[in-house]
Amino acid sequence: MNPLLAPAVLTAAPGETREFLSPAGVEIVFVLVGLVTLGAGILCVTSRQLVHAALYLVVALGGLAVHYLLLTAEFIAWVQVLIYLGSVVVLLLFGLMLTRAPIGPSPDADSRNRPVALAVAVLAAATLVTLVADAFRTTWIELDTPHGRSGDIGASLFRHWVLPFELLSVILLAALVGAIVISRKRGPAPAEEEQR
Amino acid sequence: MHLVYPAVLSALLFSTGVYGVLARRNAILVLMSVELMLAAVGLNFVAFDVWLRDTLHSGQVFTLFLIALAAAEIGIGLAIVLLVYRTYGDNAVDRLRALGDRRADGGDAGRGTDPGRDAGDAGDTGDTGEPAAAPAGGAAHEREAAA
Repeated sequence: MNPLLAPAVLTAAPGETREFLSPAGVEIVFVLVGLVTLGAGILCVTSRQLVHAALYLVVALGGLAVHYLLLTAEFIAWVQVLIYLGSVVVLLLFGLMLTRAPIGPSPDADSRNRPVALAVAVLAAATLVTLVADAFRTTWIELDTPHGRSGDIGASLFRHWVLPFELLSVILLAALVGAIVISRKRGPAPAEEEQR
Repeated sequence: MHLVYPAVLSALLFSTGVYGVLARRNAILVLMSVELMLAAVGLNFVAFDVWLRDTLHSGQVFTLFLIALAAAEIGIGLAIVLLVYRTYGDNAVDRLRALGDRRADGGDAGRGTDPGRDAGDAGDTGDTGEPAAAPAGGAAHEREAAA
Protein backbone atom coordinates (compact mmCIF):
# COMPACT_ATOMS: atom_id res chain seq x y z
CA MET A 1 0.00 0.00 0.00
CA ASN A 2 1.35 3.35 -0.83
CA PRO A 3 1.41 6.32 1.49
CA LEU A 4 -1.01 8.35 -0.59
CA LEU A 5 -3.74 5.84 -0.10
CA ALA A 6 -3.48 5.13 3.58
CA PRO A 7 -5.02 8.29 5.09
CA ALA A 8 -7.70 8.32 2.44
CA VAL A 9 -8.88 4.87 3.35
CA LEU A 10 -8.71 5.54 7.06
CA THR A 11 -10.97 8.55 6.78
CA ALA A 12 -13.48 6.95 4.47
CA ALA A 13 -17.13 7.02 5.29
CA PRO A 14 -17.99 4.51 8.00
CA GLY A 15 -21.02 3.21 6.21
CA GLU A 16 -24.15 4.39 7.91
CA THR A 17 -23.69 8.11 8.33
CA ARG A 18 -23.00 8.92 4.72
CA GLU A 19 -24.83 11.75 3.08
CA PHE A 20 -24.50 13.33 -0.26
CA LEU A 21 -23.45 16.67 1.16
CA SER A 22 -21.28 15.45 3.99
CA PRO A 23 -18.30 14.17 2.13
CA ALA A 24 -15.64 12.07 3.73
CA GLY A 25 -11.95 12.85 3.50
CA VAL A 26 -11.38 10.72 0.46
CA GLU A 27 -14.17 12.51 -1.36
CA ILE A 28 -12.76 15.91 -0.52
CA VAL A 29 -9.37 14.83 -1.83
CA PHE A 30 -11.04 13.38 -4.89
CA VAL A 31 -12.89 16.60 -5.62
CA LEU A 32 -9.81 18.75 -5.14
CA VAL A 33 -7.65 16.59 -7.36
CA GLY A 34 -10.55 16.40 -9.78
CA LEU A 35 -10.66 20.17 -10.04
CA VAL A 36 -6.96 20.22 -10.79
CA THR A 37 -7.38 17.46 -13.35
CA LEU A 38 -10.30 19.10 -15.06
CA GLY A 39 -8.60 22.49 -15.10
CA ALA A 40 -5.48 20.97 -16.60
CA GLY A 41 -7.58 19.17 -19.19
CA ILE A 42 -9.37 22.37 -20.15
CA LEU A 43 -6.08 24.22 -20.36
CA CYS A 44 -4.70 21.38 -22.45
CA VAL A 45 -7.41 21.77 -25.07
CA THR A 46 -7.44 25.57 -25.02
CA SER A 47 -3.80 26.55 -24.64
CA ARG A 48 -2.29 28.25 -27.64
CA GLN A 49 1.22 27.16 -26.83
CA LEU A 50 1.67 23.65 -28.07
CA VAL A 51 4.31 22.49 -25.63
CA HIS A 52 2.33 23.94 -22.75
CA ALA A 53 -0.66 21.92 -23.92
CA ALA A 54 1.42 18.75 -23.75
CA LEU A 55 2.59 19.63 -20.25
CA TYR A 56 -0.97 20.33 -19.14
CA LEU A 57 -1.80 16.89 -20.46
CA VAL A 58 0.85 15.54 -18.09
CA VAL A 59 -0.90 17.25 -15.16
CA ALA A 60 -4.29 15.90 -16.21
CA LEU A 61 -3.05 12.35 -16.62
CA GLY A 62 -1.16 12.54 -13.34
CA GLY A 63 -4.33 13.70 -11.64
CA LEU A 64 -6.09 10.69 -13.09
CA ALA A 65 -3.37 8.48 -11.62
CA VAL A 66 -4.09 10.02 -8.21
CA HIS A 67 -7.75 9.24 -8.78
CA TYR A 68 -6.89 5.63 -9.47
CA LEU A 69 -4.97 5.57 -6.20
CA LEU A 70 -7.94 7.02 -4.36
CA LEU A 71 -10.13 4.33 -5.90
CA THR A 72 -7.65 1.74 -4.51
CA ALA A 73 -6.55 0.68 -7.97
CA GLU A 74 -2.88 1.08 -7.32
CA PHE A 75 -1.58 -1.10 -10.11
CA ILE A 76 -3.51 0.84 -12.74
CA ALA A 77 -2.26 4.05 -11.20
CA TRP A 78 1.36 3.14 -11.60
CA VAL A 79 0.81 1.75 -15.05
CA GLN A 80 -0.81 5.07 -15.91
CA VAL A 81 2.19 6.95 -14.55
CA LEU A 82 4.64 4.72 -16.39
CA ILE A 83 2.98 4.48 -19.77
CA TYR A 84 0.92 7.63 -20.13
CA LEU A 85 3.20 10.08 -18.38
CA GLY A 86 6.37 8.27 -19.23
CA SER A 87 5.97 7.35 -22.84
CA VAL A 88 2.86 8.79 -24.44
CA VAL A 89 3.58 12.38 -23.48
CA VAL A 90 7.21 12.00 -24.45
CA LEU A 91 6.06 10.70 -27.83
CA LEU A 92 3.76 13.70 -28.16
CA LEU A 93 6.60 16.06 -27.32
CA PHE A 94 8.78 14.35 -29.89
CA GLY A 95 5.99 14.74 -32.40
CA LEU A 96 5.75 18.44 -31.62
CA MET A 97 9.47 18.77 -31.98
CA LEU A 98 9.63 16.90 -35.28
CA THR A 99 6.82 18.93 -36.82
CA ARG A 100 8.71 22.11 -35.87
CA ALA A 101 6.08 23.40 -33.52
CA PRO A 102 6.63 27.04 -32.65
CA ILE A 103 7.90 27.82 -29.18
CA GLY A 104 5.70 30.83 -28.56
CA PRO A 105 1.95 31.02 -28.89
CA SER A 106 0.69 29.86 -32.23
CA PRO A 107 -2.37 31.84 -33.28
CA ASP A 108 -3.80 29.12 -35.52
CA ALA A 109 -3.97 26.38 -32.93
CA ASP A 110 -7.77 26.40 -33.05
CA SER A 111 -9.78 25.99 -36.19
CA ARG A 112 -12.75 28.02 -37.28
CA ASN A 113 -15.39 25.64 -35.96
CA ARG A 114 -14.56 26.47 -32.39
CA PRO A 115 -18.05 27.72 -31.37
CA VAL A 116 -19.62 24.58 -32.79
CA ALA A 117 -17.12 22.47 -30.88
CA LEU A 118 -17.87 24.40 -27.71
CA ALA A 119 -21.60 23.90 -28.16
CA VAL A 120 -21.19 20.19 -28.81
CA ALA A 121 -18.92 19.77 -25.81
CA VAL A 122 -21.21 21.69 -23.47
CA LEU A 123 -24.23 19.75 -24.66
CA ALA A 124 -22.41 16.45 -24.26
CA ALA A 125 -21.21 17.43 -20.81
CA ALA A 126 -24.68 18.55 -19.70
CA THR A 127 -26.33 15.39 -21.01
CA LEU A 128 -23.76 13.04 -19.57
CA VAL A 129 -23.57 14.74 -16.19
CA THR A 130 -27.35 14.89 -15.85
CA LEU A 131 -27.71 11.27 -16.84
CA VAL A 132 -24.90 9.99 -14.65
CA ALA A 133 -25.84 12.05 -11.62
CA ASP A 134 -29.42 10.92 -11.89
CA ALA A 135 -28.59 7.28 -12.46
CA PHE A 136 -26.03 6.83 -9.70
CA ARG A 137 -27.44 9.21 -7.12
CA THR A 138 -27.68 6.58 -4.43
CA THR A 139 -24.66 4.48 -5.26
CA TRP A 140 -21.63 4.23 -3.06
CA ILE A 141 -18.27 2.69 -3.58
CA GLU A 142 -16.93 0.73 -0.64
CA LEU A 143 -13.28 1.59 -0.34
CA ASP A 144 -12.55 -0.14 2.94
CA THR A 145 -10.91 -3.14 1.33
CA PRO A 146 -8.69 -2.36 -1.62
CA HIS A 147 -9.80 -3.91 -4.85
CA GLY A 148 -6.94 -3.31 -7.23
CA ARG A 149 -3.87 -4.70 -5.52
CA SER A 150 -1.12 -5.76 -7.88
CA GLY A 151 -1.33 -9.39 -6.86
CA ASP A 152 -5.03 -9.63 -7.60
CA ILE A 153 -4.69 -7.81 -10.90
CA GLY A 154 -1.76 -9.97 -11.92
CA ALA A 155 -3.56 -13.20 -11.03
CA SER A 156 -6.65 -12.09 -12.89
CA LEU A 157 -4.62 -10.89 -15.85
CA PHE A 158 -2.62 -14.06 -16.28
CA ARG A 159 -5.36 -16.47 -15.33
CA HIS A 160 -8.54 -15.20 -16.93
CA TRP A 161 -7.32 -12.63 -19.39
CA VAL A 162 -4.16 -14.23 -20.68
CA LEU A 163 -5.39 -14.67 -24.23
CA PRO A 164 -6.37 -10.99 -24.72
CA PHE A 165 -3.09 -10.09 -23.09
CA GLU A 166 -1.09 -12.05 -25.65
CA LEU A 167 -3.24 -10.63 -28.41
CA LEU A 168 -2.44 -7.17 -27.11
CA SER A 169 1.27 -7.87 -27.31
CA VAL A 170 0.84 -8.86 -30.95
CA ILE A 171 -1.10 -5.66 -31.57
CA LEU A 172 1.64 -3.60 -29.96
CA LEU A 173 4.27 -5.29 -32.09
CA ALA A 174 2.23 -4.70 -35.23
CA ALA A 175 1.73 -1.05 -34.29
CA LEU A 176 5.44 -0.61 -33.68
CA VAL A 177 6.40 -2.17 -37.01
CA GLY A 178 3.70 -0.17 -38.75
CA ALA A 179 4.93 3.06 -37.22
CA ILE A 180 8.47 2.33 -38.36
CA VAL A 181 7.33 1.45 -41.87
CA ILE A 182 5.17 4.54 -42.15
CA SER A 183 7.66 7.02 -40.79
CA ARG A 184 10.70 5.64 -42.57
CA LYS A 185 12.21 8.20 -44.85
CA ARG A 186 11.85 7.37 -48.51
CA GLY A 187 15.13 8.00 -50.19
CA PRO A 188 15.82 7.54 -53.85
CA ALA A 189 13.52 4.69 -54.57
CA PRO A 190 15.39 1.98 -56.53
CA ALA A 191 18.49 1.46 -54.40
CA GLU A 192 16.67 1.34 -51.12
CA GLU A 193 13.99 -0.91 -52.45
CA GLU A 194 16.57 -3.37 -53.73
CA GLN A 195 18.31 -3.36 -50.40
CA ARG A 196 15.07 -4.20 -48.77
CA MET B 1 -17.01 7.26 -1.99
CA HIS B 2 -20.00 8.40 -3.89
CA LEU B 3 -19.99 6.91 -7.39
CA VAL B 4 -21.18 10.20 -8.81
CA TYR B 5 -17.81 11.87 -8.24
CA PRO B 6 -15.70 9.73 -10.56
CA ALA B 7 -18.54 9.36 -13.05
CA VAL B 8 -19.11 13.10 -13.32
CA LEU B 9 -15.41 13.84 -13.51
CA SER B 10 -15.05 11.27 -16.24
CA ALA B 11 -17.95 12.75 -18.20
CA LEU B 12 -16.49 16.25 -17.91
CA LEU B 13 -13.05 15.13 -19.00
CA PHE B 14 -14.56 13.27 -21.92
CA SER B 15 -16.45 16.38 -22.99
CA THR B 16 -13.25 18.37 -22.72
CA GLY B 17 -11.62 15.88 -25.04
CA VAL B 18 -14.55 16.16 -27.44
CA TYR B 19 -14.09 19.90 -27.53
CA GLY B 20 -10.39 19.49 -28.18
CA VAL B 21 -10.91 17.03 -31.01
CA LEU B 22 -13.44 19.28 -32.68
CA ALA B 23 -11.78 22.63 -32.11
CA ARG B 24 -8.08 21.96 -32.53
CA ARG B 25 -6.33 22.47 -35.79
CA ASN B 26 -2.92 20.98 -35.18
CA ALA B 27 -3.09 17.22 -35.65
CA ILE B 28 -0.90 16.53 -32.62
CA LEU B 29 -3.23 18.57 -30.43
CA VAL B 30 -6.10 16.48 -31.79
CA LEU B 31 -4.18 13.37 -30.74
CA MET B 32 -3.70 14.86 -27.26
CA SER B 33 -7.44 15.40 -26.96
CA VAL B 34 -8.03 11.80 -27.99
CA GLU B 35 -5.71 10.74 -25.20
CA LEU B 36 -7.73 12.83 -22.78
CA MET B 37 -10.93 11.09 -23.87
CA LEU B 38 -9.34 7.66 -23.52
CA ALA B 39 -8.07 8.50 -20.06
CA ALA B 40 -11.53 9.65 -19.02
CA VAL B 41 -12.97 6.35 -20.17
CA GLY B 42 -10.32 4.56 -18.12
CA LEU B 43 -11.40 6.40 -14.99
CA ASN B 44 -14.94 5.24 -15.63
CA PHE B 45 -13.81 1.65 -16.05
CA VAL B 46 -11.86 1.67 -12.80
CA ALA B 47 -14.62 3.36 -10.81
CA PHE B 48 -17.26 0.91 -11.92
CA ASP B 49 -14.95 -2.03 -11.42
CA VAL B 50 -14.25 -0.98 -7.85
CA TRP B 51 -17.94 -0.36 -7.27
CA LEU B 52 -19.04 -3.74 -8.60
CA ARG B 53 -16.18 -5.65 -6.93
CA ASP B 54 -15.72 -7.72 -10.01
CA THR B 55 -13.94 -10.96 -9.22
CA LEU B 56 -12.31 -11.02 -12.64
CA HIS B 57 -11.22 -7.37 -12.31
CA SER B 58 -12.62 -6.80 -15.76
CA GLY B 59 -12.66 -3.03 -15.58
CA GLN B 60 -9.11 -2.66 -14.36
CA VAL B 61 -7.76 -5.22 -16.78
CA PHE B 62 -9.58 -3.48 -19.57
CA THR B 63 -8.09 -0.19 -18.43
CA LEU B 64 -4.67 -1.79 -18.77
CA PHE B 65 -5.54 -2.85 -22.29
CA LEU B 66 -6.86 0.62 -22.97
CA ILE B 67 -3.62 2.23 -21.85
CA ALA B 68 -1.58 -0.12 -24.02
CA LEU B 69 -3.85 0.46 -27.00
CA ALA B 70 -3.58 4.20 -26.44
CA ALA B 71 0.19 3.87 -26.57
CA ALA B 72 -0.06 1.94 -29.84
CA GLU B 73 -2.52 4.47 -31.21
CA ILE B 74 -0.31 7.40 -30.37
CA GLY B 75 2.66 5.73 -32.01
CA ILE B 76 0.81 5.03 -35.25
CA GLY B 77 -0.94 8.39 -35.18
CA LEU B 78 2.27 10.32 -34.71
CA ALA B 79 3.94 8.37 -37.49
CA ILE B 80 1.08 9.28 -39.81
CA VAL B 81 1.15 12.92 -38.73
CA LEU B 82 4.88 13.06 -39.31
CA LEU B 83 4.46 11.54 -42.76
CA VAL B 84 1.77 14.06 -43.62
CA TYR B 85 3.95 16.86 -42.31
CA ARG B 86 6.92 15.65 -44.28
CA THR B 87 4.84 15.40 -47.42
CA TYR B 88 2.90 18.63 -47.19
CA GLY B 89 4.79 20.75 -44.73
CA ASP B 90 1.66 21.22 -42.68
CA ASN B 91 -0.32 19.28 -40.16
CA ALA B 92 -3.44 21.40 -39.82
CA VAL B 93 -6.29 18.98 -40.14
CA ASP B 94 -8.66 21.44 -41.80
CA ARG B 95 -6.23 22.39 -44.52
CA LEU B 96 -5.62 18.84 -45.65
CA ARG B 97 -8.57 18.25 -47.89
CA ALA B 98 -7.53 16.00 -50.71
CA LEU B 99 -8.26 12.33 -50.37
CA GLY B 100 -6.86 11.00 -53.59
CA ASP B 101 -3.49 10.13 -54.92
CA ARG B 102 -2.01 13.27 -56.29
CA ARG B 103 0.24 11.68 -58.86
CA ALA B 104 -2.69 9.80 -60.36
CA ASP B 105 -4.83 12.90 -60.32
CA GLY B 106 -2.39 14.93 -62.30
CA GLY B 107 -0.88 17.12 -59.69
CA ASP B 108 -3.37 19.64 -58.43
CA ALA B 109 -5.64 17.57 -56.24
CA GLY B 110 -3.82 18.21 -53.01
CA ARG B 111 -2.73 21.42 -51.50
CA GLY B 112 -0.97 23.80 -53.79
CA THR B 113 2.14 24.29 -51.73
CA ASP B 114 4.68 21.54 -52.09
CA PRO B 115 7.40 21.61 -49.45
CA GLY B 116 9.96 20.31 -51.84
CA ARG B 117 11.55 17.05 -50.99
CA ASP B 118 9.38 14.09 -51.76
CA ALA B 119 6.24 16.00 -52.32
CA GLY B 120 5.35 14.26 -55.51
CA ASP B 121 6.06 10.84 -54.12
CA ALA B 122 3.24 10.12 -51.73
CA GLY B 123 0.21 12.10 -52.67
CA ASP B 124 -2.18 11.30 -49.88
CA THR B 125 -3.78 13.37 -47.22
CA GLY B 126 -6.57 13.14 -44.74
CA ASP B 127 -9.90 14.85 -44.93
CA THR B 128 -10.91 17.40 -42.37
CA GLY B 129 -12.56 15.09 -39.93
CA GLU B 130 -10.30 12.09 -39.62
CA PRO B 131 -6.64 12.73 -40.30
CA ALA B 132 -5.53 9.23 -39.48
CA ALA B 133 -7.36 6.77 -41.67
CA ALA B 134 -6.88 7.99 -45.17
CA PRO B 135 -3.11 8.57 -45.18
CA ALA B 136 -2.49 5.07 -43.84
CA GLY B 137 -4.36 3.47 -46.68
CA GLY B 138 -2.84 5.83 -49.16
CA ALA B 139 0.68 5.24 -47.89
CA ALA B 140 0.24 1.48 -48.00
CA HIS B 141 -1.11 1.68 -51.51
CA GLU B 142 1.75 3.88 -52.53
CA ARG B 143 4.23 1.47 -51.07
CA GLU B 144 2.69 -1.45 -52.90
CA ALA B 145 2.83 0.48 -56.10
CA ALA B 146 6.46 1.32 -55.52
CA ALA B 147 7.43 -2.26 -54.74
